[in-house]
Amino acid sequence: MTKFTHRNGLSRRTLLKGAASTAIAAGSTTLGAPMLWAQNIKDVTLRQFGTGVSNLNDVANKVQEDLGFTLEMTALDTDSVTQRAATQPNSFDIADIEYFICKKVWAAGNLQAMDTSKIDNYDKIAGTFRSGLLTPESTIAQGTAPHTVGFTSGPNGTDFVAEESGWMTLIPTIYNADTLGIRPDLIGRPISNWSELLNPEFKGKASILDISSIGIMDMAMVVESMGEYTYPDKGNMTKEEIDLTIGIFTEAKRNGQFRAFWKSFDESVNLMASGEVVIQSMWSPAITAVKSQGIPCVYQPLEEGYRSWGGGLGISAALSGIELDAAYEYINWYLSGWVGGYLMRQGYYSAVPETSKEFMSADEWGFWYEGKAAKGDIVSPTGDKLAGAGEVRDGGSFLDRMGSVVCWNSVMDENQYMVRKWNEFIAA
Amino acid sequence: MVSPLVAVLLIFLVLPIVLIVIVSFWRATEFSIIPAFEFDNYAFLFGSPVTYTVFFNTFKYALITWACTLVIGFTVAYYLAFHIRTLTWQIALFLLCTIPFWTSNIIRMISWIPFLGRNGIANSTLMSWGVIDEPIEWLLFSDFAVILAFVHLYTLFMVVPIFNTMMRIDKALIEAARDAGANGAQILWNVIIPLTKPGIMIGTIFVVTLVMGDFITVRFMSGSQSANVGRLISNDIALLQYPSASATAIVLLLTVLITIGILLRFVDIRKEL
Repeated sequence: MTKFTHRNGLSRRTLLKGAASTAIAAGSTTLGAPMLWAQNIKDVTLRQFGTGVSNLNDVANKVQEDLGFTLEMTALDTDSVTQRAATQPNSFDIADIEYFICKKVWAAGNLQAMDTSKIDNYDKIAGTFRSGLLTPESTIAQGTAPHTVGFTSGPNGTDFVAEESGWMTLIPTIYNADTLGIRPDLIGRPISNWSELLNPEFKGKASILDISSIGIMDMAMVVESMGEYTYPDKGNMTKEEIDLTIGIFTEAKRNGQFRAFWKSFDESVNLMASGEVVIQSMWSPAITAVKSQGIPCVYQPLEEGYRSWGGGLGISAALSGIELDAAYEYINWYLSGWVGGYLMRQGYYSAVPETSKEFMSADEWGFWYEGKAAKGDIVSPTGDKLAGAGEVRDGGSFLDRMGSVVCWNSVMDENQYMVRKWNEFIAA
Repeated sequence: MVSPLVAVLLIFLVLPIVLIVIVSFWRATEFSIIPAFEFDNYAFLFGSPVTYTVFFNTFKYALITWACTLVIGFTVAYYLAFHIRTLTWQIALFLLCTIPFWTSNIIRMISWIPFLGRNGIANSTLMSWGVIDEPIEWLLFSDFAVILAFVHLYTLFMVVPIFNTMMRIDKALIEAARDAGANGAQILWNVIIPLTKPGIMIGTIFVVTLVMGDFITVRFMSGSQSANVGRLISNDIALLQYPSASATAIVLLLTVLITIGILLRFVDIRKEL
């Protein structure tokens, strides 16, 4: 009971699969020759779980079409994802998780390190996930930046290393810069600071997300913007800083500032679309979902910058043999562009932008990535119109947006204390 | 020889509770739980003012919900038992009461949200009637919404046992009371209510335990803004703090047991049944 599983531990599953696949795997240890088991791989089923943002049925269908095996998807909320990654290692093959979750669960040994030499597009992965630098001149933002938890020392590493060691904890797939979402029609004036979230003008019409690791960062952005306090490192607060931050928000809550808190993506969409809330922490596709209902909604760029997050795919420690090969095959396919293009057209960024470009029209690429005005209608992957000719993406180009990131979603040293304080905030 | 019932209870009731008790003394980090014997979880629980607020909230919800479901449930059962003459109609109307229960709890609860919202049906209707000028904010994401949903969800649990005991009241008793000169109110107070006490008590136990153990209704209807003990536990579990969740669960369990113990002092269910 002490530890949930051990890395490379033998499970019934691996034993059963072992016999069937040893012969084949021995013949094709490198991924370059997948055709050797082209028949068998069709029987493979990979079970993936993650948050709703990237667990899309369209991806599963495309995997079936392109790779021939079955991908089962389970979408959960962020806390449940963390919980499952840490406590139920046998319930998944692929973990689609965020980097801060990786920081929490990596030491539990439920995920295995991935050999970057087997990743075809490794060299094309954005700098943010490798050196941490978006461009050579960039500064690294505060918090759990993906590259700090992206590499481990070796195939059985339980630590994190700073350099590109050749063994990745997660293969990055998706990331974005988050900010506040607003209803411009109900607010009727420009919003340009995080502090507006606690502006009494929006009493009873504001919301923040009830996911502590993310919510605390939004809170910190607001507190700094209000001029109450400047954190040495928002991503790693002291107990006093946590008390201060949550104290300010508890007071606001008691004064009736918030209409509700949300935990899942659709809750945030409903709050915004129904007009219950006019300003709140929000995720990019939630904005898209509100807009596609014909309701104006802006992902408002703010002077203080963005809070960012990144996600990637991790492989269960229990995976071996043909299933492990299938997992690598899947990850290589994931980075090869189709999914990237799909995610980019929802407003996320792909970890390998170059390959995604091939799966987007020039106009889409210009709109989503380069921040150019749309030449024609911009539609979502599901066919809803998101922007018309002449419209520009909120926040501009990739470099404008990712270049203004000031902090990443984090796990702090005082995480447990923070979580308890967060619980008090919710109960207050 | 252990009887099958005892065996079933041991495995499915006693053993899990014992496990929860044991885990409540353990220690947790972010991704693992460590066997230990320490009182930290309890110390934190009793040392935090939030615990008391949350327990107070839980009792508040239970008490108000109980009062509302009792009044509504008793009235419905009374109508069914004494005003509907034929058994066929009684059964038909009783089944009608259960129809909403063919859908899931959560659906019934969530369907209130668009109804009560700022631009919801309730507010827009009231505004079009000219009753109010501004939408009423406290209809949704408030204690009012939580209790409304509880009452809606759990009234049937009050109706069924009360109806059941009422059906077994000998009609001759009521006639006798009337012959002896009692008026309607006196019959209700001196004959019917005392005889339906066991039903009321069973309904009370259902409603109180359901409300005290709930977390999802409170989360959705308060917009995550209020907390009861169930939410405290579910938050802990979500954050992998199983020992702390176990400690809270044990305290909740004891509280509910004490509450039921007190309730049972008023009526000896076994004798009355």
